[in-house]
Amino acid sequence: MERVLMKGTEACAEAAIKAGCRYFFGYPITPQNEVASYMSKRMPEVGGVYLQGESELASINMVMGASAAGARAMTSSSSPGISLMQEGISYMVGCQLPGVIVNFVRGGPGLGGIGPAQSDYLQATKGGGHGDYNLVVLGPSSIQELVDLMKDAFEIADRYRNPVLILADGIIGQMMEAVQFKFEIDPTTLPDKTWALDGAKGRTKRLINSLDLVPERLEQHNWNLQAKFAQAAETELRWEEFLLDDAETVLVCFGTVARIAKKAIENARQKGIKVGMIRPISLWPFPQAPFQKFMAGAKRFLVVEMNAGQMLQDVRLAVCCQRPIRFSGKPGGTTFNPEMIEKLIWDLEEEGSK
Amino acid sequence: MTYELLCAGFGGQGVMLMGQLLAYAATIEGKETTFFQSYGPEMRGGTANCQVVISNTPISSPVLSSPQVVIVMNRPSFEKYEPMVHSGGILFVNSSLIDLVSQRADIETHYIPASQIAQEIGNTLVANLVMTGAYVERLHPIASESIEAVLKKTLTGRKEQYLALNLEAFKRGAAVITKTKEQTT
Repeated sequence: MERVLMKGTEACAEAAIKAGCRYFFGYPITPQNEVASYMSKRMPEVGGVYLQGESELASINMVMGASAAGARAMTSSSSPGISLMQEGISYMVGCQLPGVIVNFVRGGPGLGGIGPAQSDYLQATKGGGHGDYNLVVLGPSSIQELVDLMKDAFEIADRYRNPVLILADGIIGQMMEAVQFKFEIDPTTLPDKTWALDGAKGRTKRLINSLDLVPERLEQHNWNLQAKFAQAAETELRWEEFLLDDAETVLVCFGTVARIAKKAIENARQKGIKVGMIRPISLWPFPQAPFQKFMAGAKRFLVVEMNAGQMLQDVRLAVCCQRPIRFSGKPGGTTFNPEMIEKLIWDLEEEGSK
Repeated sequence: MTYELLCAGFGGQGVMLMGQLLAYAATIEGKETTFFQSYGPEMRGGTANCQVVISNTPISSPVLSSPQVVIVMNRPSFEKYEPMVHSGGILFVNSSLIDLVSQRADIETHYIPASQIAQEIGNTLVANLVMTGAYVERLHPIASESIEAVLKKTLTGRKEQYLALNLEAFKRGAAVITKTKEQTT
């Protein structure tokens, strides 16, 4: 199969098209503008729709509309833009509408900067908008993984009738790597959506709405949603185990940082340090199983993130006070390099031997 | 074998293109590669850099702490990156625009008058290809034929008129290294 050299943002767009997405709505923001520019060229070629909304609010509501009509639709943005979309995302959950949202995270808060960051982890995994809900959140660590997860994202979204968020960062977006597209889905072959608003001629009317002023009915609606989240929490777990069999120091990293940490782990291993890594790929649901699996051999955990300590909270829940947890973060759009992470590993090793 | 490279220079000197050419050539050869550029409010005349990794095995970090090889196309890049070259590494200096000499004894340094050579053959804009030629000839992270193949594949249509010039620049850069090798042996 042909390998092509592509930028992360462009590969993301092509993967969406190959996953059967024919509707893209977005509003420009660095560092993910190439998603929209690529879509503007490719969508007309495949008979799809590319539309730049007048704002992020408009864009996410266009996704909601296309989704209500039964189409595979998506948007992409970066942190400040994703914040603006939260209302629409909450409405989509309430309406039980699928859709894919990609966040190429940049440093915040506020307009922040344009450097790569992971500081939207909590917003992504704990709801983000108002109401009791979760999105399935997937965190790719390479462009190939981003491509493969785009297909999963559309499938998961359709399966649960719930939006899925891809949490990438500026490095994944701006880097180039060789990728393969192992799938090509023709959207006309997808199963019919029996709830979609596609014209009621000759059948009973359907309604898609997130408003319900009868509290008891809204309570039941919420329990129905919770049942879906509970099922997704069991089914959609994804993680990678990296050199964990004899690991005494266990790193926990996701996305780009996990990749940089691999180099640090390889270097430390060459010098005889027993170190490995748990890399959560599904950030919601958060994979707890590997923590219990390797707890016996682990002496300590080291969480490294490009933020001030967000996934750290989930690691604390997973480790449940059974082992010490150390954290190192870089917020604001700055990046770790392998040397920095290797130093963290050595520091822990020296402390442990005292 | 893993090759790490950082290229830096003024925006407009084709620093990104250098990195992309190498990554593209590596892809053609079926190798693993990552290309990561500094992104931000970069513009013509500002500084820009990119990091390229080429390997036969999956690449862990696309971000380099201390690159094995550095190419600097202008003076500010020399000042910033010369101290960062990994000990035992290699530095390529565009000596047409940089009148500094590295004081480091632990690295190998090549002074390539890339801009001057490019001007001699017709256009200073191909200084990046001169440098790429020198780099490929010295390290062979990929075959020079692959660079030629990439150029032939990408410089088509209206751009085809620049193909010969780019190929020539690439060869002239390689020749500087070949000549140095002959002198030292």
